[in-house]
Amino acid sequence: MQHYSGFGLLKHSFSHHENWQRVWRNPTPKKKYDVIIVGGGGHGLATAYYLAKEFGVTNVAVIEKGFLGGGNTARNTTIVRSNYLWDEAAHLYEHAMKLWEGLSQDLNYNVMFSQRGCLNLGHTLQDMRDIERRVNANRLNGIDGEVLDAQQVQEIVPVLDCSDRARYPVMGASWQPRAGVARHDAVAWGFARGADAHGVDLIQQTEVQDLIIEDGTVVGVRTAQYGEIRADRVGCVVAGNSSVLAKMGGFELPLESHPLQALVSEPIKPILDTVVMSNHVHGYASQSDKGDLVIGAGIDGYNGYGQRGSYSTIEHTIQAVLEMFPVFSRVRMNRQWGGIVDTCPDACPIISETPVKNLFFNCGWGTGGFKATPGSGHVFAASLAKGEMHELAKPFSMFRFHNGALVDEHGAAGVAH
Amino acid sequence: MFHIYCPHCCEYREEEEFHASGQAHIPRPLDPDACTDQEWGEYMYFRKNPRGIHHELWVHAAGCRKFFNITRDTQTYEIKEVYKIGEQPSVVANSDQ
Repeated sequence: MQHYSGFGLLKHSFSHHENWQRVWRNPTPKKKYDVIIVGGGGHGLATAYYLAKEFGVTNVAVIEKGFLGGGNTARNTTIVRSNYLWDEAAHLYEHAMKLWEGLSQDLNYNVMFSQRGCLNLGHTLQDMRDIERRVNANRLNGIDGEVLDAQQVQEIVPVLDCSDRARYPVMGASWQPRAGVARHDAVAWGFARGADAHGVDLIQQTEVQDLIIEDGTVVGVRTAQYGEIRADRVGCVVAGNSSVLAKMGGFELPLESHPLQALVSEPIKPILDTVVMSNHVHGYASQSDKGDLVIGAGIDGYNGYGQRGSYSTIEHTIQAVLEMFPVFSRVRMNRQWGGIVDTCPDACPIISETPVKNLFFNCGWGTGGFKATPGSGHVFAASLAKGEMHELAKPFSMFRFHNGALVDEHGAAGVAH
Repeated sequence: MFHIYCPHCCEYREEEEFHASGQAHIPRPLDPDACTDQEWGEYMYFRKNPRGIHHELWVHAAGCRKFFNITRDTQTYEIKEVYKIGEQPSVVANSDQ
């Protein structure tokens, strides 16, 4: 793998940047692998990377039906934070946060992780009580957090309407200084490059049509182009399409796939240097390095695999953002898109063994999976390498919906993001 | 954006008047106390999530406030039919036949 550095940039400028090595190979798959990962998004590529780098399993293939990082990794709103309420979720997201903090160096790839802080606004007394409870829980778990009043919020974000003229005046907020944003595509590309350098085969444009199951044990996958590809273990990381793959395995998951939309404005001068989210008014915004406002809110209420949603949902999103930032009222919106999010009844993921032996699923991240990308990949890789679930993944078994041990994170995951 | 025919109001109205309430035709267990954890968990949390034909419960929330069912393709979003509670769908997925 070609090492990226300032010196390399200078050296290649002499040849007009025409001789850069390809970032990853485009291999033909082997007949058999130790581990096959279905789904080449951020989580799948992170899993492959950590499998090869940390756990020494290099005979790995990632099979992707489209192109790498072309699903929700390319469609999310890039927010990274770890201020979740319950211990199980907080530990998992904080594990990810710690990996984020060294990720660019680890990957030798700039994922543009910017810890610009995240505000979760409170507009009612109950909001403020919930915020105090969540911040206290965070601090007990060693996660940074503060409760701010409206004046402190106003000092951090001068353009936010903190006046009492608002329909739902801002009463305060939780503040996580270590939270921030990252460049979503670079995360997928960085993990892909790192995985490839450790010998992982990244197989694109190849759809898994069926899982090959013999005597209750998965032994490989069937594809149109390459026929059967065998493996000792298979990990499915396919977000919105998880239910479809589970059906191939002969079982069901408690997931529903919904459209989640987001939009960006035209690029404007720097005006918002942090992430502002509001569960109550129901919208959130940040500003990308390019200058566009990145805006999102909730899912469309119906099930959908079409990667598009309804206009009325977008309208509500914009109403919420204008309620918070009246100053944005004349900004034009540039693009709007949708992704398919696999939502779980308790707003927590499923990282789990399944009724089929050697088949593992990492799904159900719903509206907030991007922030967990390195942590999710790391614990899933550990689980795939050993054949048993990592300690941090154990509470997220798919069987919790039968024994009742749910991890209800609807509060901390309140606005879809 | 859907244009939905309400079978109670007998006219097409915009999606915003309606609310999607999830999968249709889920019978509540007759004797919940006799359910195993498996059965109760499935009743509570497990929903069909097909890529294709799906039968859904909708409510005309800002209209007549009555519930009804829709058969819809979750890939193309095309509404195949609308039918009242208690009726059975005439359009079904091949795998359900």
